[in-house]
Amino acid sequence: MAIEKKAVLMREKPVKERIKNFNEVPLGYSQEEAIQEASRCLQCVKKPCIEGCPVRIEIPAFIKALKEKDFQKAIDIIHRDDSLPAMTGRVCPQEEQCQVCCVVKKTGDAISIGRLERFLADWDLENRKIGKHSKPKTDPLKNIKIAVVGSGPAGLTCAAELAKKGYLVTVFEGYHRLGGVLVYGIPEFRLPKDMVASEIELLKESGVKFVTNVLIGRALTIEELFKEGFKAVFIGAGAGLPNFMGLPGENLNGIYSANEFLTRVNLMKAYKFPEFDTPVKRGKKVAVVGGGNVAMDSARTALRLGAEHVYLIYRRSEKEMPARVEEVIRAREEGIDFRLLTNPVRYIGDTNGFVKQVECLKMELGLPDSSGRQSPVPIKGSEFLIDVDQVVVAIGNTPNPILSRTTPGLKVKKRGEIEADDSGRTSMPGVFAGGDIVTGSATVITAMGAGRKSAQAIVDYLK
Amino acid sequence: MFKILEKYSLAPQIHYCLVEAPLIARKAKAGQFVIVRVREQGERIPLTIADFDRDKGTIILVFQSLGKTTCLFSQMKAGDNLLDLLGPQGNPTEIENYGHTVVIGGGIGIAPVYPLARSLKEAGNKVSSIIGFRGKEYVFWEDKMRSVSNDLLIATNDGSYGKKGFVTDVLKELMNSDEKIDRVFAIGPAIMMKAVSDMTKVSNIPTIVSLNSSMVCGMGMCGACRVSVGGKTKFTCMDGPDFDGHQVDFEELMKRLDTYKQEEISCKG
Ligand SMILES: Cc1cc2nc3c(=O)[nH]c(=O)nc-3n(C[C@H](O)[C@H](O)[C@H](O)COP(=O)(O)OP(=O)(O)OC[C@H]3O[C@@H](n4cnc5c(N)ncnc54)[C@H](O)[C@@H]3O)c2cc1C
Ligand code: SF4
Repeated sequence: MAIEKKAVLMREKPVKERIKNFNEVPLGYSQEEAIQEASRCLQCVKKPCIEGCPVRIEIPAFIKALKEKDFQKAIDIIHRDDSLPAMTGRVCPQEEQCQVCCVVKKTGDAISIGRLERFLADWDLENRKIGKHSKPKTDPLKNIKIAVVGSGPAGLTCAAELAKKGYLVTVFEGYHRLGGVLVYGIPEFRLPKDMVASEIELLKESGVKFVTNVLIGRALTIEELFKEGFKAVFIGAGAGLPNFMGLPGENLNGIYSANEFLTRVNLMKAYKFPEFDTPVKRGKKVAVVGGGNVAMDSARTALRLGAEHVYLIYRRSEKEMPARVEEVIRAREEGIDFRLLTNPVRYIGDTNGFVKQVECLKMELGLPDSSGRQSPVPIKGSEFLIDVDQVVVAIGNTPNPILSRTTPGLKVKKRGEIEADDSGRTSMPGVFAGGDIVTGSATVITAMGAGRKSAQAIVDYLK
Repeated sequence: MFKILEKYSLAPQIHYCLVEAPLIARKAKAGQFVIVRVREQGERIPLTIADFDRDKGTIILVFQSLGKTTCLFSQMKAGDNLLDLLGPQGNPTEIENYGHTVVIGGGIGIAPVYPLARSLKEAGNKVSSIIGFRGKEYVFWEDKMRSVSNDLLIATNDGSYGKKGFVTDVLKELMNSDEKIDRVFAIGPAIMMKAVSDMTKVSNIPTIVSLNSSMVCGMGMCGACRVSVGGKTKFTCMDGPDFDGHQVDFEELMKRLDTYKQEEISCKG
């Protein structure tokens, strides 16, 4: 039987409808669609897709179970390696990971592994609502306490793995809500927040304790955690400190870091102001600076807050954009005005201190830089102005310095990333680290992979 | 949840609140702040820690009901719970024996000035305190302040109590007297801290101000609280809240504080 070359499309909300609200854009597969897509899988003996997945999910095996309609078995296979499939199925850059390795891609569309994963995770979440799910199996409890700093994907994964092995895990989170970037950064229309909450509920069921409002380094230090009887500490504190460009006028009113803008909207629900108390400016002409996922999320968020025109200002060309292709396509569909090879140089304000214009320079691509991408070079005399009443700076984040400042003995790199080896071991015995705090801004799945490796290293350390 | 143990009004619109927060009380030092959220739909606001008791595990917050959150907070009673409380945040004020220090508090700023004056006095400083109010009915913590100051000078805008005028008028007199001033600390409205810094700059007296930038996260993750200090952008929550008053761009700070003026819901409580 010849296989179908085209992947089963995932239905999406029409553009006109979706830009008016924060509801999720892709609608997911139905059962029939999922089974149809799963049938395209060749069940290759060599399993190249597994090589592409940072956490090595048994992809062909779960697809086979799905095709045979044994959804429980399929999700159980995924859960062995990925404790947050509803998240990864939605936000993983599959097109650069598992799917790029897919054999079918040589003659047609790769198998939509992410969409299948998402289908199963959603099926499982629905079952959880009625209490019909397989509880994570845990080893008999050991009387050994382990502290996890930060509740992003790295911390949650590390906690889940250690809880499975019977350790008493406490997760400390500075914010009032759990989930890290999954709740304060990535918008509702890409990752519904009740799903994150539901994943965390499952962790609570498996015995993980969560303490919010405690910033390690302030209320408690790493040293004090050991004094309180924790035998090992995993740091998954992320890269939360927003970068600015240091341009004249950058502190004008109406200029936000992407972190502030997205935190107000996602975590604090400013899009529901005044029902919620946190305000956010709703600019009519908004410029977003950057070309990554964070920039796409900011641009599409501004649109949903009612902007008439959203510019995306990026200094290289579309080819170099680090954002996921899928999100770039959606942003374009929604009418975001891409101003590529353009770089802001200064902001101009009105008499009340609100931004009213951004001055930009045109750029051209020169020689490749250390990242291998062609580096942008300004074109002399190409300055021009764009009228704006709001700007979101999305040019990246670096690790928050609070832990390194308050933990003597913890070695960090120049930009603040904690030094750790492949298994997450840091310069301090018993202290492990993983995720964005080690790599700088990366992806959900790499953070999860690091959390998992560290969990194993902690188990070995405690032996 | 953080239980409110005591709550009453100190002066019109000014509220005193004693909260159970053992982890925060254990570490708190003069100059630090907390982030408060009062309800599920609530925003995160910074409030300076007005005092703390390590043994009892309590902290004191003094706030003025102005915006939505402080207004809701002002309606809470002993026995109620604050939903979220993060802290102690920010860097503690650097306390040394500087010699003769002048500590200036305006309005709500008098609350955080109290533990500061106490710490300075404990460190051996001679502490002259200047506290300013709108009028007599707004005066609070006079006795507490007296107990930690070598001299206490009071100013009211309308002259109904103490000297008539602003804290800067009293500071001027003090600066004109023979006694040398080694360091000034000022906590209060931005406009007051600016006026104090402008005055002391001329005479080159080191001046530390505690900035009241608005914040969202309060832990270095959003940049809402950024200020220009000596031409460089700093985050109040991480690099402050104390800064060299002579280096702070107060114009920018005051404009930034007005960002959400249109959105603000006024409070009459
Ligand atoms: C807007 C946006 C969109 C993104 N889109 C994608 C995407 O589509 N696909 C993808 O794969 N990746 C995406 N990413 C990147 C991805 O979210 C991150 O790489 C990932 O979340 C990193 O996980 P983490 O666990 O290391 O850290 P985080 O998720 O940052 O979590 C760290 C947590 O630790 C807490 N914390 C920090 N310091 C302390 C402390 N001292 N004490 C206690 N708690 C502390 C923080 O409050 C936070 O909750 C996106 C990121 C952003 C910001
Ligand atoms: S976790 Fe990510 S990379 Fe791995 S199979 Fe799923 S979608 Fe692909």
